[in-house]
Amino acid sequence: MTTSELQFDTPADRVVEGPVLQVEDLHVSFPSESGRVQAVRGLSYHVSPGEVLGIVGESGSGKSVSSLAVMGLLPSSARITGSIKFQGRELIGRGDAELSKIRGRRVSMVFQDPLSALTPVYTVGDQIAEAILVHKKGSVSKQGAAKRAVELLDLVGIPNAAERAKAFPHEFSGGMRQRAVIAMAIANDPDLIIADEPTTALDVTVQAQVLQLLETAQEVTGAGIVIITHDLGVVAGFADRLMVMYAGRAVEKGKVDEIYQQPRMPYTLGLLGSIPRLDVSEKQALVPIKGQPPSLTDLPPGCPFAPRCPMVVDACHTAEPPLLDVDGSVEHAAACIRTNEIAATDAEGAEAAVEIFGAEVADEPEVAKIPREQREVVLGLDELVKEYPVTKGVVFKRRVGTVHAVSGISFDVREGETLGLVGESGCGKTTTLMEILGLHKPMGGQISVLGTNVAEVDNKRRFEIRRDMSVVFQDPMASLDPRLTIHDCIAEPMQVHGFSKDEINRRVPELMRLVGLRPEQLSRYPGEFSGGQRQRIGIARALALEPKLVVLDEPVSALDVSIQAGVINLLEELKSKLGLAYLFVAHDLSVVRHIADRVAVMYLGKIIEIGEVDSVFETPRHPYTQALLSAIPIPDPVKERQRERIILTGDLPSPANPPSGCRFRTRCFLHASLPPEKQRQCIEVEPPRERQAEDHEAACHFAQIRQVL
Amino acid sequence: MAGFLLRRLVNYVVLALVATFLAFTLASATFDPIGVLQQRNPPPPAASIEAKKRDLHLDQPIPQRFVTWMGGVVQGDFGRTIADRPITDELGRRIGVSLRLFLLGITIGIGFGVLLGVVSAIRQYKFSDYFATLFSFILLSTPVFVLGTLLKMGAQGINDSIGSNVLIFVGESTPGFQGNWFEHLGDRLQHLIVPTLAIALGQIAYYSRYQRSSMLDVLGSDFLRTAQAKGLTRRKALFKHGLRTALIPMATLFAFGFGLLVVGGTFTERIFGWFGMGDWLVTGISAQDTNVTATVTLFVAVCVLFSGWLADVLYAALDPRIRVN
Repeated sequence: MTTSELQFDTPADRVVEGPVLQVEDLHVSFPSESGRVQAVRGLSYHVSPGEVLGIVGESGSGKSVSSLAVMGLLPSSARITGSIKFQGRELIGRGDAELSKIRGRRVSMVFQDPLSALTPVYTVGDQIAEAILVHKKGSVSKQGAAKRAVELLDLVGIPNAAERAKAFPHEFSGGMRQRAVIAMAIANDPDLIIADEPTTALDVTVQAQVLQLLETAQEVTGAGIVIITHDLGVVAGFADRLMVMYAGRAVEKGKVDEIYQQPRMPYTLGLLGSIPRLDVSEKQALVPIKGQPPSLTDLPPGCPFAPRCPMVVDACHTAEPPLLDVDGSVEHAAACIRTNEIAATDAEGAEAAVEIFGAEVADEPEVAKIPREQREVVLGLDELVKEYPVTKGVVFKRRVGTVHAVSGISFDVREGETLGLVGESGCGKTTTLMEILGLHKPMGGQISVLGTNVAEVDNKRRFEIRRDMSVVFQDPMASLDPRLTIHDCIAEPMQVHGFSKDEINRRVPELMRLVGLRPEQLSRYPGEFSGGQRQRIGIARALALEPKLVVLDEPVSALDVSIQAGVINLLEELKSKLGLAYLFVAHDLSVVRHIADRVAVMYLGKIIEIGEVDSVFETPRHPYTQALLSAIPIPDPVKERQRERIILTGDLPSPANPPSGCRFRTRCFLHASLPPEKQRQCIEVEPPRERQAEDHEAACHFAQIRQVL
Repeated sequence: MAGFLLRRLVNYVVLALVATFLAFTLASATFDPIGVLQQRNPPPPAASIEAKKRDLHLDQPIPQRFVTWMGGVVQGDFGRTIADRPITDELGRRIGVSLRLFLLGITIGIGFGVLLGVVSAIRQYKFSDYFATLFSFILLSTPVFVLGTLLKMGAQGINDSIGSNVLIFVGESTPGFQGNWFEHLGDRLQHLIVPTLAIALGQIAYYSRYQRSSMLDVLGSDFLRTAQAKGLTRRKALFKHGLRTALIPMATLFAFGFGLLVVGGTFTERIFGWFGMGDWLVTGISAQDTNVTATVTLFVAVCVLFSGWLADVLYAALDPRIRVN
């Protein structure tokens, strides 16, 4: 076999007919201390030219590993068998030198984390030019490649491309870096682009930009695309066909519309039912899939999903069901022995999931029946300001600027309600949170907890207030001390506040049961628990002192969807049972719509829209809220394709130098469409927060309703 | 950036001054050169002891002595040794000897150390990695005088088997050697090989361990995968993108390793009979010679601070993220 066979240099080498990529019975395994991990077990799929295939699954389902196998980028310890045919030529068994001739030229890849995907020591332009030079040495000069790199950067929407090509990766924002990676991926006009969670690490507004860019990339190159994701919303409008993976195998595949409307495998059903929907106003029941994905070292016989499946029968444990065509459908296959029974249910998609998994909506808390105005204010913020100085010099520090992290925000959280605080990263959400948790005199404005102004309290009183307020952090892996047992983790707040030993020993098991964990596990260490269980432990710790207010900082964003649903349900149940008030900080608006009663949207240190959740989501007044909402994909292919998306240009301006007047005007589509005299108002006058409707305020001179869902 | 480095340089001059002052004070306060003189047998006449006291300015307070000495240093005069020879003359020769010995040893050490570390990392848990690890740990745990002696024995063995004195391991050149410059160079090289090996081996072991772990950090990184996804072969990606990034944290080690070794090689110098700076420090202290001790300290300070400065420059050259600020 000569290397020239893989070069595809002549036009005749390009196979026009047949799939670009054909994977047959792919198996990948890795050695590990507890035996061989069977990461991919008999996977078959194909991608036709110009087609978009979505691969969906939870972490550890083998979706990334199978794509890295196509690229030939798995570590040498991986054992790969089966067949991967690219344009009719077998790739398995080829050496690195041969594969490197196709990589980046015929098949290219976009990775998940754009922050680490670029080499920090070379300029962005050089790295893109390298992608061209490595394949076209001799035919393209260095200058030619550099020029082409600038063109590509321009194509992917980097403003001022010639200048920016000379910048280093750290001078680019996350979204810009992902654009640069996409520029690299399309540099050689490939026939297949594999995008591995290309938007997971990005903000929603940037996610919308990147998805649109991928669509453009496909139009420009005519390539087939494989998009890997755990977010069923992302692929709904973009993919043509879908493949759902579980435990290293495809468990369902078919046309996107069919899978969303008539899923035939309980796991797919569960996934669909576990996503909070942005477009559903009435309280929706979320389907939690109990348990954990199985360990792939030593799978028992039978269906790997059986231990988590609500429809499990004895026959499920005898043999693993093959992926068979669903009756009466073309190209739709599912791996489940009870497919036909699922087909017999009348309900469609997520509703069928609710029926089969038996999910319930938590009751409203008792206190919610009292009108909002009459309930106690648990947390009140009045014109809160936080600024950081920017200094220069080592010995003689001098102030050269100010970062306006939070510039005068006001809201209140009342007993038994949830306020969702949303916005892009860098908008001041976390700073606000830290100011509240610090309980110190703010730089400007006022914070009051349960009617007490925190600026006027002494240390003793501050310590007392802490009993009424607790926090759950984003990363459940990092927020528990790995050297403390679960018992000690949960008991710690009580020890600090001087509870007696007996009281603690009585209360800790009680808290474990409250969050749905078994008290027998109390002597274990955090390392032995999964992400979802650890987050439950974090919640138990937060509830130890019976607080009135719980501050939740992105509590579910680090969890897989099926696990996320369980934690959200738990939070709702606890709120109704204990009458808690939540301040829920999140960037995922779907989750906020599901859990919050009221929502506050932040942009560059200001609240630009606040109000009752349905009112804000259904009749958003501020252009930024409208853009945020329109950027979020809905897990419904039909709706998703019809939606008109507002794409915001550029990134968040630096909070050290916010625009004059309305801070959003630099990215505002409404502002851009206004006549000059009205534009002047945006530039010169900061818009005040004005009442738009019952419990609904927005800060825009030209606020108008625009429905985007 | 240039301004930043210049400011650093000014700070360093002050630091070097402080270090030298402290060494000078300490040496002056503890040394007792007159006592040594008096214990000679037969004791020198009282007049010459008085003269010595005057010569050494022992009648003055220590800070004043320092100022006098420093005044000379600024003009290029480092004073006289206790045996009344000018230090300045010997200083140049000794620095030359030390640099000759260490520059080559360290350069070889860094070069091969990095290479060995990279190979170890890429072939982690393979035979070559285990071998390199074993080699490094044996060398790191062998004191330099043991290593030096072993190398001497090895060199002797080679000489015996060849039947001629190819590898010379005493001194830096043959005393009274006659010949043209080329033959001189050959003679120096013959003297250089064994001691250079003694330095390089330890350095290779040391740097390879650090390079291995810094390379391992980079091996799992996403940008290496991106580079391969672009179409670079694994080897090319490893060297162009991986090693280049893995060298950044090594910059400080390289710079300071150099600075410290030039004066820390006392044992190596003594074992092989090279009269360099390290040797001088020991002789200076045993002769209770304040001027020599202070001179060597000043040299150490300059070396260390220059290394720090070099580390900054290297960092800026290697890492664009530093360069911007």
